[in-house]
Amino acid sequence: MTAYLTSMRAIVLREALRFIHQRERFIAALVRPLVWLLVFAAGFRAALGLSIIPPYQTYITYETYIVPGLCGMILLFNGMQSSLSLVYDREMGSMKLLLTSPLPRGWLLFCKLLGSTAISILQVYAFLAIAAVFDIRMPAWGYVTALPALLVAGLMLGALGLLLSSFIKQLENFAGVMNFVIFPMFFLSSALYPLWKMAESSELLHDICAVNPFTHAVELIRFALYAELNPSALGWTLLAAAIFAAAALIGYDPARTRIGRRG
Amino acid sequence: MTGLEAHGLSYSYGKKKALEDVSFSVSSGAFCALLGPNGAGKSTLFNLLTRLFVAPEGRIVIAGHDLRSNPRAALAELGIVFQQTTLDLDLTVQQNLNYFAALHGLSGRNARSRIDAALDQLDMRERAGEKARALNGGHRRRTEIARALLHDPSILLLDEPTVGLDAAARASITDYAHALAEQGKTILWATHLTDEVRSEDDLIVLHCAHVLAQGKARDIAGDQPLQDRFLAMTGEDA
Repeated sequence: MTAYLTSMRAIVLREALRFIHQRERFIAALVRPLVWLLVFAAGFRAALGLSIIPPYQTYITYETYIVPGLCGMILLFNGMQSSLSLVYDREMGSMKLLLTSPLPRGWLLFCKLLGSTAISILQVYAFLAIAAVFDIRMPAWGYVTALPALLVAGLMLGALGLLLSSFIKQLENFAGVMNFVIFPMFFLSSALYPLWKMAESSELLHDICAVNPFTHAVELIRFALYAELNPSALGWTLLAAAIFAAAALIGYDPARTRIGRRG
Repeated sequence: MTGLEAHGLSYSYGKKKALEDVSFSVSSGAFCALLGPNGAGKSTLFNLLTRLFVAPEGRIVIAGHDLRSNPRAALAELGIVFQQTTLDLDLTVQQNLNYFAALHGLSGRNARSRIDAALDQLDMRERAGEKARALNGGHRRRTEIARALLHDPSILLLDEPTVGLDAAARASITDYAHALAEQGKTILWATHLTDEVRSEDDLIVLHCAHVLAQGKARDIAGDQPLQDRFLAMTGEDA
């Protein structure tokens, strides 16, 4: 068992060290949601009227509404970023080191996932702290109860990144991930507008939003930020995490893939 | 006792056959050179031996452990130096070794003493705090060899480890690998350079997905220099 914990600590630490070495990444990851919060939301406040929907008990400003979605955005971008770094690792060869370790491959990939999720969560809290400075606050307990929700959502989106990394052959293909995964997932979700608003425009778009796992991740975070549990969001997010993780494991199965062919 | 065995390995990339019915064995404690021109299938063979790929046909036995049925025990006996550097260039030598030790479940005092010993062996102790990016090619290779030896594997696989090194670094690393074989490690050394092979070494010649010859280097060379014999076998002009 100690071998498992030793490897977990080392992999998480390596992700942390890599993160410290890439301070620009941290700043970029914070600037993106802050621009949405402080510029986009301010502009849209007047355009979008929001009714009282759970978990909110009073009228809220648009800024308050999109905070959980922006937390999800950080996790989504980081999940994809870690997929990018896995493809980079594979091109640079350091993935080979991980995959030739005598510990089970599934465990090592899980540790990698955990490391990148932990860093994403730190960024979410940095974002929430800055939002609080601008007077966009959640109930005090919400900051604590959000942690498990962020973990589950982060693992789900990280598992999606892991899955994508097993299929992306080269670093250059990453632009496709941007266009075909990040943007549709983000815009076809409840991150920026509640689903009933979407239903007013198009039933089809509403249905797509409703099956998007990112919607459920955002709703899970939204309720958790108000110290409430949304069981169906939790269930769907866990289910999506399990499916993505299982598919990623198949993607990294040495009998099926040619990881390491390059170099 | 056999260190490393391969039986009937085949592998293709689509229609292109990279290896076809490749079988060989390397005795325990031998220095065995795997000689082949570029594109012969050496790297594919390394990917199979390290389980980055799994061959649809054939069997690999590492220090008595079948790689297919008992991959973890087999991988624990392998030290690997990949052709392309696999150091994290932003980490120090020490941090790179710590990371690798942990991937093998080594930690604390045990890991520290092994790392110190490996760095001493390769004359890299005073560079432990330097970032891998600051090291020259020869020192990076030494770090990788030190790393590959950390978990005390019985077999060391090196895939063209001297590529891009100057003559002195090349000679020093080749000598060191031979010394390791004398100390009892089984070495499989892939190369396309005949001057890295000594006459008393075991030799496997791989060409166009097939093993062309296997035996002592001096027997394969016969009465000609190994270089000439190799070029004649692989149909390349001298």
